[in-house]
Amino acid sequence: MGKLDKFIEVGRVAFIANGKDSGKVCAIAEIIDQNRVLIDGPCSGVRRQVCDMKRLHLTRFCIDLPHSARTAVVRRKWTAAKLDEKWKETSWAKKLEARRLRTNMSDFDRFKLARAKQIRNSIIALAAGKIRKEAKAKPNALRFRKPNKKRHIKKE
Amino acid sequence: MAPKAQKKPQGKQMAKSSAPHKPKNSAINASRLMKYSRARIFQRKAAYKVKKVKTPAKKSAEKAAAAAAFVVKKIGGDKNGGERKVYKKTPKSLPTQVASRKVQLRPKKTFKKHVRRIRSNLAPGAVLILLAGRHKGKRVVLLKQLESGLLLVTGPRKLNGCPLRRVSQRYVIGTKTRIDISKVALPERLNDAYFRRQRSAKKSAASAGGSADIFAKSDAAYAVSAERREDQAAVDKALMGAIKASGDGPMLRSYLRSLFSIKSGQRPHAMVF
Repeated sequence: MGKLDKFIEVGRVAFIANGKDSGKVCAIAEIIDQNRVLIDGPCSGVRRQVCDMKRLHLTRFCIDLPHSARTAVVRRKWTAAKLDEKWKETSWAKKLEARRLRTNMSDFDRFKLARAKQIRNSIIALAAGKIRKEAKAKPNALRFRKPNKKRHIKKE
Repeated sequence: MAPKAQKKPQGKQMAKSSAPHKPKNSAINASRLMKYSRARIFQRKAAYKVKKVKTPAKKSAEKAAAAAAFVVKKIGGDKNGGERKVYKKTPKSLPTQVASRKVQLRPKKTFKKHVRRIRSNLAPGAVLILLAGRHKGKRVVLLKQLESGLLLVTGPRKLNGCPLRRVSQRYVIGTKTRIDISKVALPERLNDAYFRRQRSAKKSAASAGGSADIFAKSDAAYAVSAERREDQAAVDKALMGAIKASGDGPMLRSYLRSLFSIKSGQRPHAMVF
Protein backbone atom coordinates (compact mmCIF):
# COMPACT_ATOMS: atom_id res chain seq x y z
CA MET A 1 0.00 0.00 0.00
CA GLY A 2 1.63 3.22 -1.20
CA LYS A 3 1.01 6.84 -0.42
CA LEU A 4 -2.54 8.03 -1.13
CA ASP A 5 -1.34 10.95 -3.21
CA LYS A 6 -2.88 10.15 -6.60
CA PHE A 7 -6.58 10.74 -6.85
CA ILE A 8 -9.22 10.20 -9.44
CA GLU A 9 -10.08 13.78 -10.27
CA VAL A 10 -10.91 15.83 -13.29
CA GLY A 11 -7.69 16.44 -15.14
CA ARG A 12 -5.80 13.45 -13.72
CA VAL A 13 -3.63 11.79 -16.34
CA ALA A 14 -4.19 8.05 -16.29
CA PHE A 15 -2.63 5.05 -18.00
CA ILE A 16 -5.06 2.55 -19.55
CA ALA A 17 -3.92 -0.86 -18.44
CA ASN A 18 -6.10 -3.28 -20.39
CA GLY A 19 -8.69 -3.62 -23.10
CA LYS A 20 -8.78 -1.46 -26.20
CA ASP A 21 -6.31 1.48 -26.09
CA SER A 22 -4.25 -0.36 -23.48
CA GLY A 23 -0.84 1.18 -23.08
CA LYS A 24 -2.02 4.72 -23.80
CA VAL A 25 -2.38 7.70 -21.48
CA CYS A 26 -5.48 9.84 -21.23
CA ALA A 27 -7.00 12.58 -19.10
CA ILE A 28 -10.05 12.21 -16.88
CA ALA A 29 -12.66 14.64 -18.15
CA GLU A 30 -15.53 13.80 -15.82
CA ILE A 31 -16.41 11.45 -12.99
CA ILE A 32 -19.62 9.58 -13.65
CA ASP A 33 -20.13 7.51 -10.54
CA GLN A 34 -18.21 5.40 -8.07
CA ASN A 35 -16.81 3.09 -10.70
CA ARG A 36 -16.75 4.96 -13.99
CA VAL A 37 -15.12 8.04 -15.43
CA LEU A 38 -15.19 9.84 -18.74
CA ILE A 39 -11.74 9.81 -20.31
CA ASP A 40 -10.31 11.65 -23.28
CA GLY A 41 -6.90 11.49 -24.89
CA PRO A 42 -6.93 13.49 -28.12
CA CYS A 43 -3.13 13.74 -28.25
CA SER A 44 -2.57 10.06 -27.52
CA GLY A 45 -5.24 8.59 -29.77
CA VAL A 46 -7.82 7.74 -27.13
CA ARG A 47 -11.40 8.55 -28.08
CA ARG A 48 -13.60 10.31 -25.59
CA GLN A 49 -15.35 7.45 -23.82
CA VAL A 50 -16.58 6.00 -20.56
CA CYS A 51 -13.99 3.98 -18.77
CA ASP A 52 -14.05 1.80 -15.67
CA MET A 53 -11.76 3.04 -12.91
CA LYS A 54 -10.36 -0.45 -12.51
CA ARG A 55 -8.78 -0.20 -15.97
CA LEU A 56 -6.93 2.97 -15.11
CA HIS A 57 -3.57 3.26 -13.43
CA LEU A 58 -3.07 6.81 -12.21
CA THR A 59 0.05 8.79 -13.04
CA ARG A 60 1.49 11.63 -11.01
CA PHE A 61 0.45 14.17 -13.64
CA CYS A 62 -2.62 16.32 -13.42
CA ILE A 63 -3.74 19.02 -15.81
CA ASP A 64 -5.97 21.95 -15.03
CA LEU A 65 -9.24 20.93 -16.68
CA PRO A 66 -12.72 22.24 -16.09
CA HIS A 67 -15.08 19.32 -15.57
CA SER A 68 -16.81 17.95 -18.72
CA ALA A 69 -14.31 19.85 -20.85
CA ARG A 70 -14.72 19.04 -24.49
CA THR A 71 -12.03 17.36 -26.53
CA ALA A 72 -10.61 20.57 -28.01
CA VAL A 73 -10.09 21.99 -24.54
CA VAL A 74 -8.41 18.80 -23.36
CA ARG A 75 -6.12 18.93 -26.36
CA ARG A 76 -5.22 22.57 -25.69
CA LYS A 77 -4.43 21.97 -22.01
CA TRP A 78 -2.52 18.78 -22.78
CA THR A 79 -0.20 20.39 -25.32
CA ALA A 80 0.24 23.45 -23.09
CA ALA A 81 1.37 21.20 -20.25
CA LYS A 82 3.68 19.29 -22.66
CA LEU A 83 2.44 16.03 -21.26
CA ASP A 84 3.68 13.89 -24.18
CA GLU A 85 7.30 14.77 -23.39
CA LYS A 86 6.80 14.56 -19.61
CA TRP A 87 5.25 11.12 -19.92
CA LYS A 88 8.05 9.84 -22.16
CA GLU A 89 10.65 10.99 -19.62
CA THR A 90 9.15 8.99 -16.76
CA SER A 91 10.82 5.72 -15.91
CA TRP A 92 7.39 4.07 -16.20
CA ALA A 93 7.17 4.97 -19.88
CA LYS A 94 10.80 4.08 -20.42
CA LYS A 95 10.31 0.63 -18.97
CA LEU A 96 7.26 0.09 -21.19
CA GLU A 97 9.26 1.11 -24.23
CA ALA A 98 12.13 -1.20 -23.27
CA ARG A 99 9.69 -4.08 -22.85
CA ARG A 100 8.12 -3.32 -26.22
CA LEU A 101 11.51 -3.27 -27.94
CA ARG A 102 12.50 -6.53 -26.31
CA THR A 103 9.36 -8.39 -27.43
CA ASN A 104 9.66 -7.06 -30.97
CA MET A 105 13.27 -8.15 -31.40
CA SER A 106 13.80 -10.30 -34.45
CA ASP A 107 16.05 -13.36 -34.46
CA PHE A 108 18.92 -11.26 -35.85
CA ASP A 109 18.38 -8.61 -33.16
CA ARG A 110 18.56 -11.25 -30.48
CA PHE A 111 21.78 -12.52 -31.96
CA LYS A 112 23.27 -9.01 -32.06
CA LEU A 113 22.26 -8.43 -28.44
CA ALA A 114 23.81 -11.69 -27.30
CA ARG A 115 26.98 -10.93 -29.21
CA ALA A 116 27.16 -7.40 -27.74
CA LYS A 117 26.76 -8.83 -24.22
CA GLN A 118 29.46 -11.39 -24.90
CA ILE A 119 31.91 -8.74 -26.12
CA ARG A 120 31.16 -6.52 -23.14
CA ASN A 121 31.59 -9.39 -20.70
CA SER A 122 34.89 -10.43 -22.21
CA ILE A 123 36.19 -6.85 -21.87
CA ILE A 124 35.10 -6.83 -18.22
CA ALA A 125 36.61 -10.26 -17.60
CA LEU A 126 39.91 -9.22 -19.12
CA ALA A 127 40.06 -6.04 -17.07
CA ALA A 128 39.11 -7.89 -13.87
CA GLY A 129 41.75 -10.50 -14.61
CA LYS A 130 44.38 -7.80 -14.95
CA ILE A 131 43.47 -6.25 -11.61
CA ARG A 132 43.55 -9.65 -9.95
CA LYS A 133 46.97 -10.34 -11.40
CA GLU A 134 48.36 -7.02 -10.19
CA ALA A 135 46.90 -7.60 -6.73
CA LYS A 136 48.54 -11.02 -6.50
CA ALA A 137 51.86 -9.51 -7.49
CA LYS A 138 51.77 -7.24 -4.39
CA PRO A 139 52.22 -9.58 -1.40
CA ASN A 140 51.68 -7.15 1.48
CA ALA A 141 48.92 -4.99 0.04
CA LEU A 142 45.22 -5.44 0.80
CA ARG A 143 43.92 -8.35 -1.16
CA PHE A 144 40.37 -8.82 -2.24
CA ARG A 145 38.82 -11.64 -0.31
CA LYS A 146 35.41 -12.70 0.87
CA PRO A 147 34.25 -10.41 3.64
CA ASN A 148 34.52 -12.19 6.92
CA LYS A 149 31.38 -11.46 8.88
CA LYS A 150 32.86 -12.60 12.16
CA ARG A 151 35.14 -9.60 12.37
CA HIS A 152 36.76 -10.50 15.68
CA ILE A 153 38.01 -13.83 14.26
CA LYS A 154 40.96 -13.33 11.98
CA LYS A 155 41.15 -15.76 9.07
CA GLU A 156 44.58 -16.32 7.62
CA MET B 1 -31.52 -34.54 -63.94
CA ALA B 2 -31.24 -32.91 -67.35
CA PRO B 3 -27.70 -32.12 -68.39
CA LYS B 4 -26.50 -28.51 -68.48
CA ALA B 5 -27.39 -26.65 -71.68
CA GLN B 6 -24.26 -26.19 -73.75
CA LYS B 7 -23.52 -22.80 -75.16
CA LYS B 8 -21.76 -24.09 -78.31
CA PRO B 9 -22.71 -27.47 -79.80
CA GLN B 10 -19.73 -29.46 -81.07
CA GLY B 11 -18.75 -29.44 -84.74
CA LYS B 12 -20.34 -26.06 -85.34
CA GLN B 13 -18.57 -23.52 -87.50
CA MET B 14 -19.69 -19.98 -86.80
CA ALA B 15 -19.21 -17.01 -89.08
CA LYS B 16 -16.92 -14.66 -87.24
CA SER B 17 -18.73 -11.49 -86.27
CA SER B 18 -17.11 -8.28 -85.17
CA ALA B 19 -19.67 -7.74 -82.39
CA PRO B 20 -18.73 -9.01 -78.89
CA HIS B 21 -20.17 -12.37 -77.92
CA LYS B 22 -23.45 -12.10 -76.03
CA PRO B 23 -24.36 -15.44 -74.48
CA LYS B 24 -27.94 -16.46 -75.26
CA ASN B 25 -28.22 -18.52 -72.13
CA SER B 26 -27.54 -17.48 -68.57
CA ALA B 27 -27.45 -19.04 -65.17
CA ILE B 28 -30.33 -18.41 -62.79
CA ASN B 29 -28.60 -19.26 -59.55
CA ALA B 30 -25.23 -20.03 -58.11
CA SER B 31 -25.39 -23.74 -58.95
CA ARG B 32 -25.55 -22.89 -62.65
CA LEU B 33 -29.15 -23.82 -63.34
CA MET B 34 -29.64 -22.42 -66.84
CA LYS B 35 -32.53 -20.27 -67.93
CA TYR B 36 -33.09 -22.14 -71.17
CA SER B 37 -33.00 -25.89 -71.59
CA ARG B 38 -30.89 -27.59 -74.23
CA ALA B 39 -33.84 -27.96 -76.60
CA ARG B 40 -34.84 -24.30 -76.21
CA ILE B 41 -31.31 -23.11 -76.85
CA PHE B 42 -31.16 -25.25 -79.97
CA GLN B 43 -34.21 -23.37 -81.21
CA ARG B 44 -33.03 -19.94 -80.11
CA LYS B 45 -29.68 -20.32 -81.80
CA ALA B 46 -31.25 -21.80 -84.92
CA ALA B 47 -28.75 -24.60 -84.71
CA TYR B 48 -30.94 -26.67 -87.06
CA LYS B 49 -29.70 -24.41 -89.88
CA VAL B 50 -26.07 -25.16 -89.25
CA LYS B 51 -24.54 -27.90 -91.36
CA LYS B 52 -22.38 -30.37 -89.49
CA VAL B 53 -18.84 -30.70 -90.83
CA LYS B 54 -17.32 -34.15 -90.89
CA THR B 55 -13.84 -34.21 -89.44
CA PRO B 56 -11.54 -36.27 -91.72
CA ALA B 57 -10.10 -39.57 -90.51
CA LYS B 58 -6.63 -38.84 -89.16
CA LYS B 59 -5.11 -42.30 -89.35
CA SER B 60 -4.97 -44.37 -92.52
CA ALA B 61 -6.13 -47.95 -92.41
CA GLU B 62 -2.62 -49.45 -92.52
CA LYS B 63 -1.37 -47.37 -89.64
CA ALA B 64 -4.41 -48.39 -87.67
CA ALA B 65 -3.75 -52.05 -88.36
CA ALA B 66 -0.12 -51.76 -87.30
CA ALA B 67 -1.02 -49.91 -84.14
CA ALA B 68 -3.73 -52.40 -83.19
CA ALA B 69 -3.08 -54.75 -80.33
CA PHE B 70 -4.23 -57.76 -82.33
CA VAL B 71 -3.81 -59.35 -85.74
CA VAL B 72 -6.73 -60.67 -87.71
CA LYS B 73 -5.96 -64.17 -88.99
CA LYS B 74 -7.90 -66.44 -91.21
CA ILE B 75 -8.70 -69.88 -89.99
CA GLY B 76 -10.10 -72.93 -91.68
CA GLY B 77 -13.32 -74.71 -91.07
CA ASP B 78 -16.78 -73.95 -92.36
CA LYS B 79 -18.44 -73.26 -89.12
CA ASN B 80 -15.65 -71.40 -87.30
CA GLY B 81 -16.46 -67.90 -88.46
CA GLY B 82 -13.43 -67.70 -90.81
CA GLU B 83 -11.39 -65.20 -88.69
CA ARG B 84 -9.82 -64.86 -85.33
CA LYS B 85 -8.34 -61.86 -83.52
CA VAL B 86 -4.95 -62.93 -82.28
CA TYR B 87 -3.65 -60.59 -79.58
CA LYS B 88 0.01 -59.65 -79.80
CA LYS B 89 0.34 -59.31 -76.11
CA THR B 90 -2.48 -60.63 -74.03
CA PRO B 91 -4.29 -57.67 -72.59
CA LYS B 92 -5.10 -57.73 -68.92
CA SER B 93 -8.74 -58.05 -69.61
CA LEU B 94 -10.81 -58.95 -72.67
CA PRO B 95 -14.06 -57.26 -71.93
CA THR B 96 -17.26 -58.53 -73.43
CA GLN B 97 -18.98 -55.21 -72.93
CA VAL B 98 -17.81 -51.70 -73.57
CA ALA B 99 -17.15 -50.12 -70.23
CA SER B 100 -19.10 -46.92 -69.85
CA ARG B 101 -16.86 -44.05 -68.88
CA LYS B 102 -17.85 -42.08 -65.87
CA VAL B 103 -17.88 -38.42 -66.73
CA GLN B 104 -15.35 -36.54 -64.60
CA LEU B 105 -16.96 -33.23 -63.83
CA ARG B 106 -14.04 -32.22 -61.61
CA PRO B 107 -11.12 -34.41 -62.66
CA LYS B 108 -8.34 -35.24 -60.21
CA LYS B 109 -5.47 -32.79 -60.50
CA THR B 110 -2.07 -34.27 -61.10
CA PHE B 111 0.82 -33.16 -58.93
CA LYS B 112 2.16 -30.95 -61.70
CA LYS B 113 -1.05 -28.95 -61.71
CA HIS B 114 -1.24 -28.42 -57.97
CA VAL B 115 -1.22 -24.82 -56.85
CA ARG B 116 2.07 -23.92 -55.25
CA ARG B 117 1.73 -21.54 -52.38
CA ILE B 118 4.39 -19.76 -50.42
CA ARG B 119 4.12 -18.29 -46.97
CA SER B 120 3.78 -14.53 -47.09
CA ASN B 121 6.85 -13.89 -44.95
CA LEU B 122 9.14 -15.94 -47.22
CA ALA B 123 10.63 -13.88 -50.01
CA PRO B 124 13.88 -14.30 -51.95
CA GLY B 125 16.70 -13.04 -49.79
CA ALA B 126 15.05 -13.96 -46.50
CA VAL B 127 17.10 -15.67 -43.84
CA LEU B 128 15.51 -18.97 -42.83
CA ILE B 129 16.09 -21.23 -39.86
CA LEU B 130 16.11 -24.90 -40.85
CA LEU B 131 14.28 -27.05 -38.34
CA ALA B 132 14.89 -30.56 -39.66
CA GLY B 133 17.35 -32.55 -41.69
CA ARG B 134 21.08 -32.72 -41.47
CA HIS B 135 21.36 -28.93 -41.48
CA LYS B 136 18.90 -28.33 -38.67
CA GLY B 137 19.47 -25.23 -36.62
CA LYS B 138 21.37 -23.53 -39.43
CA ARG B 139 20.47 -20.11 -40.71
CA VAL B 140 20.38 -20.09 -44.49
CA VAL B 141 19.44 -17.72 -47.27
CA LEU B 142 16.37 -18.34 -49.43
CA LEU B 143 17.07 -17.95 -53.14
CA LYS B 144 13.78 -18.81 -54.76
CA GLN B 145 10.83 -21.18 -54.84
CA LEU B 146 11.15 -24.00 -57.37
CA GLU B 147 8.36 -25.32 -59.54
CA SER B 148 7.61 -28.21 -57.24
CA GLY B 149 7.00 -25.74 -54.42
CA LEU B 150 10.20 -26.54 -52.55
CA LEU B 151 12.49 -23.71 -51.56
CA LEU B 152 15.98 -23.36 -52.98
CA VAL B 153 18.40 -22.31 -50.24
CA THR B 154 22.10 -21.93 -49.77
CA GLY B 155 24.21 -21.46 -46.59
CA PRO B 156 26.26 -19.84 -48.09
CA ARG B 157 28.35 -22.98 -47.91
CA LYS B 158 31.42 -21.02 -46.87
CA LEU B 159 29.67 -19.76 -43.74
CA ASN B 160 27.74 -22.75 -42.45
CA GLY B 161 28.32 -25.71 -44.70
CA CYS B 162 24.84 -25.82 -46.15
CA PRO B 163 25.05 -26.24 -49.94
CA LEU B 164 22.58 -25.30 -52.67
CA ARG B 165 19.71 -27.37 -51.50
CA ARG B 166 15.99 -27.89 -51.68
CA VAL B 167 14.01 -27.52 -48.52
CA SER B 168 10.34 -27.78 -47.64
CA GLN B 169 8.54 -24.69 -46.35
CA ARG B 170 7.08 -26.72 -43.55
CA TYR B 171 10.42 -27.33 -41.89
CA VAL B 172 11.53 -23.77 -41.91
CA ILE B 173 11.08 -20.63 -39.80
CA GLY B 174 11.12 -17.47 -41.89
CA THR B 175 12.85 -14.60 -40.12
CA LYS B 176 12.37 -10.91 -40.75
CA THR B 177 15.97 -10.50 -41.82
CA ARG B 178 16.34 -9.84 -45.53
CA ILE B 179 19.31 -9.70 -47.83
CA ASP B 180 19.00 -7.89 -51.12
CA ILE B 181 19.72 -10.58 -53.71
CA SER B 182 18.44 -8.71 -56.74
CA LYS B 183 22.01 -8.59 -58.06
CA VAL B 184 22.58 -12.32 -57.47
CA ALA B 185 22.16 -14.14 -60.78
CA LEU B 186 21.04 -17.73 -60.29
CA PRO B 187 22.15 -20.23 -62.96
CA GLU B 188 19.31 -21.26 -65.27
CA ARG B 189 19.86 -24.97 -64.70
CA LEU B 190 18.90 -24.87 -61.01
CA ASN B 191 15.54 -26.59 -61.06
CA ASP B 192 13.87 -29.67 -59.61
CA ALA B 193 15.46 -32.04 -62.15
CA TYR B 194 18.92 -30.78 -61.16
CA PHE B 195 18.36 -31.69 -57.54
CA ARG B 196 16.56 -34.93 -58.15
CA ARG B 197 18.05 -37.90 -56.35
CA GLN B 198 19.98 -40.18 -58.70
CA ARG B 199 19.09 -43.85 -58.50
CA SER B 200 22.07 -46.00 -59.48
CA ALA B 201 21.51 -47.46 -62.98
CA LYS B 202 22.99 -50.89 -62.24
CA LYS B 203 20.54 -51.67 -59.49
CA SER B 204 17.51 -50.84 -61.59
CA ALA B 205 18.80 -53.03 -64.46
CA ALA B 206 19.42 -55.89 -62.07
CA SER B 207 15.94 -55.75 -60.64
CA ALA B 208 14.45 -55.78 -64.13
CA GLY B 209 16.60 -58.64 -65.42
CA GLY B 210 16.67 -60.63 -62.23
CA SER B 211 19.90 -62.33 -63.20
CA ALA B 212 22.50 -60.16 -61.45
CA ASP B 213 23.81 -60.92 -58.01
CA ILE B 214 21.34 -59.37 -55.59
CA PHE B 215 23.98 -59.00 -52.90
CA ALA B 216 26.28 -56.94 -55.10
CA LYS B 217 26.62 -53.44 -53.70
CA SER B 218 26.16 -51.25 -56.72
CA ASP B 219 25.77 -47.95 -54.86
CA ALA B 220 28.84 -45.83 -55.28
CA ALA B 221 29.48 -43.25 -52.57
CA TYR B 222 27.84 -39.90 -53.43
CA ALA B 223 30.33 -37.71 -55.24
CA VAL B 224 29.71 -34.02 -55.80
CA SER B 225 29.48 -33.33 -59.52
CA ALA B 226 31.57 -30.67 -61.18
CA GLU B 227 28.54 -28.62 -62.17
CA ARG B 228 27.39 -28.54 -58.54
CA ARG B 229 30.72 -27.16 -57.43
CA GLU B 230 30.64 -24.61 -60.20
CA ASP B 231 27.11 -23.43 -59.38
CA GLN B 232 27.80 -23.35 -55.64
CA ALA B 233 30.90 -21.22 -56.13
CA ALA B 234 29.12 -18.82 -58.48
CA VAL B 235 26.07 -18.33 -56.29
CA ASP B 236 28.03 -18.06 -53.06
CA LYS B 237 30.40 -15.49 -54.49
CA ALA B 238 27.51 -13.28 -55.56
CA LEU B 239 25.71 -13.85 -52.27
CA MET B 240 28.76 -13.00 -50.14
CA GLY B 241 29.01 -9.78 -52.15
CA ALA B 242 25.38 -9.01 -51.39
CA ILE B 243 25.93 -9.69 -47.67
CA LYS B 244 28.95 -7.43 -47.64
CA ALA B 245 27.00 -4.69 -49.40
CA SER B 246 24.13 -4.83 -46.88
CA GLY B 247 24.25 -2.65 -43.79
CA ASP B 248 25.14 -5.29 -41.17
CA GLY B 249 27.83 -7.09 -43.17
CA PRO B 250 30.16 -8.54 -40.49
CA MET B 251 27.31 -9.19 -38.04
CA LEU B 252 25.28 -10.93 -40.75
CA ARG B 253 28.19 -13.19 -41.53
CA SER B 254 28.61 -14.32 -37.93
CA TYR B 255 24.80 -14.60 -37.67
CA LEU B 256 24.67 -17.01 -40.59
CA ARG B 257 27.51 -19.00 -39.10
CA SER B 258 25.74 -19.43 -35.77
CA LEU B 259 23.18 -22.09 -34.92
CA PHE B 260 19.67 -21.46 -33.68
CA SER B 261 18.50 -22.90 -30.39
CA ILE B 262 15.75 -22.26 -27.89
CA LYS B 263 17.15 -20.99 -24.63
CA SER B 264 15.60 -21.33 -21.23
CA GLY B 265 12.71 -18.90 -20.79
CA GLN B 266 12.16 -18.39 -24.51
CA ARG B 267 8.69 -19.20 -25.79
CA PRO B 268 8.64 -19.72 -29.55
CA HIS B 269 4.96 -18.87 -29.91
CA ALA B 270 5.58 -15.48 -28.31
CA MET B 271 8.80 -14.73 -30.15
CA VAL B 272 9.12 -12.55 -33.17
CA PHE B 273 11.43 -14.08 -35.75
